Amino acid sequence: MTRALDVERIKADFPILQHKVNGKQLVYLDSASSSQKPNAVLDAMDNCYRNYFANVHRGVYAIAEESTAAFEAARAKVARFVNANATREIVFVRNATEAINLVAYSWARANLGAGDVIVLTQMEHHANVVPWHILAAERGVELRWIPLTRDFRLDLTDLDRLLDGAKLLAVSSMSNVLGTINDIRPLADAAHAAGAHVLVDACQSVPHLPCDVQAWNADFIAFSSHKMLGPTGIGALWARAELLEAMPPFLGGGEMIRDVRLDGFTPNELPWKFEAGTPPIVEAIGFGAAVDYLDALGIEAVRAHERALAGYALTALDERFGDNLTIYGPRDVDTRGGAISFLFEGIHAHDISQVVDEEAVCVRAGHHCAKPLMRVLGVPATTRASFYVYNDEADADALVDALAKAEKFFAV
Amino acid sequence: MPGLEDLYREIILDHYRSPRNRGELPVPPATKSEGFNPLCGDEVILFLDVDPTSNVVRDLKIEGQGCSISQASSSMMSAAVKGKPVAEARALIRAFKALMSIHESKLDGEVDPSDGSDLSADLDGVRLGDLEALQGVVKFPVRIKCATLAWNTLQQGLDEFAGEPAVN
Repeated sequence: MTRALDVERIKADFPILQHKVNGKQLVYLDSASSSQKPNAVLDAMDNCYRNYFANVHRGVYAIAEESTAAFEAARAKVARFVNANATREIVFVRNATEAINLVAYSWARANLGAGDVIVLTQMEHHANVVPWHILAAERGVELRWIPLTRDFRLDLTDLDRLLDGAKLLAVSSMSNVLGTINDIRPLADAAHAAGAHVLVDACQSVPHLPCDVQAWNADFIAFSSHKMLGPTGIGALWARAELLEAMPPFLGGGEMIRDVRLDGFTPNELPWKFEAGTPPIVEAIGFGAAVDYLDALGIEAVRAHERALAGYALTALDERFGDNLTIYGPRDVDTRGGAISFLFEGIHAHDISQVVDEEAVCVRAGHHCAKPLMRVLGVPATTRASFYVYNDEADADALVDALAKAEKFFAV
Repeated sequence: MPGLEDLYREIILDHYRSPRNRGELPVPPATKSEGFNPLCGDEVILFLDVDPTSNVVRDLKIEGQGCSISQASSSMMSAAVKGKPVAEARALIRAFKALMSIHESKLDGEVDPSDGSDLSADLDGVRLGDLEALQGVVKFPVRIKCATLAWNTLQQGLDEFAGEPAVN
């Protein structure tokens, strides 16, 4: 198989992958939950703390200027990575969850009321469900759900009817459970034609697939640094500048103001209007370093690698386990990512996860923060293996061998 | 590093593969209590029939689904409690929680990672028998909630029978 990435060299960039667990080489297959971090990210963050750390946008001394420049340079890198029209369209937030909540509390509460409709899909993560449940309970907003087809894709048969009268379509660009890639552009066009805005939970796709927010023609996009080789505690909301301009502030405090008086305040310019308080400065710098790392690999190459690896793993699972293992997600690697959810007949996902841990294979077991989807699938939990730039066929083989051990252990 | 054999003892796997007292009971006279573990989706549905004159657990049945630990613990609980007076069932709940290093004096749900040195005090003379096989779970802290789910559900069921508000 031709290699889009030099995985051996990449593995060497990740100190944690050199560690042994139970005396065995770590096989990390939970990147859909959170990715590992390369030296380049760790060093960039360490370098800031050791050599030029200061608060941003405040001091006039040299290191404050240096930290401010590095912080804003990171924003520019993130903006370029998703092809934003302008750097000020990137708002730094804590994670994708906070980005979606920002839209729910600022934009939606200013624009939606009783009887208004939000369209969601049955494959959404709780982060793109619960903020809308809260809004629905508070404002009497109606939630509608795009169902799934039998092959784990969005069933768009009734899309026009669902979008009729809708103010917002909130959809994931890639399911964290099924791996399904949703084609955003036609969804966004249909939503706009119906007069709805479009929010994309892109935290599973931005780390793995080329993302062009202008080509998607969406209005809001949420993603997290920690799933794309960067640190926890920072993510981004991208939104069209005119929308951000019109939205009321979310959190109040320092940094987000231009002026404060006894009788009121004037908000700051974009994007700082939405960044109250001292931001996660060093995390932003680490986020920028992660983007640099992915840029150096080339996101097209990342996609080609994961496409091939997902295909390899799906085939290996089928060949070894046949009908004893059910895969929940599309089989066509052109329309799916590297997150593979599955169930063994008669063995609970938690027990599988526990046994493969003995082989130092890290997989996720549970409902993956997608309980509505689990109910639709009719399963309490699945096991999920997810691949990233530092995984190769040997990792997929290690997974299959560890699963075989688990299957044998629990055999009736 | 604890091994799998600490967690998955043979008697646990036996209860998982052949769960005792599966099924439902008519409500009323039985009560129905549901326990969920939101972390992993484990579910225990307990049908409890207590004789109001003798205060004895006349019958109980378990439905639900989940991992081997939660389901084996449910099965073992049902076998241990069936035919026992309510007071004895409550003593078993306390003793089992002590086995899981959860002590009544601690905040609810707080797990003490101790070696169980004060176990004998909490056991208070209660004999756990086969249930002691579940003690290995303590070495896998994320699985303790799996093992205690059935017992918390039993506590709910007994409280409901006694007319007390269910405390979770």
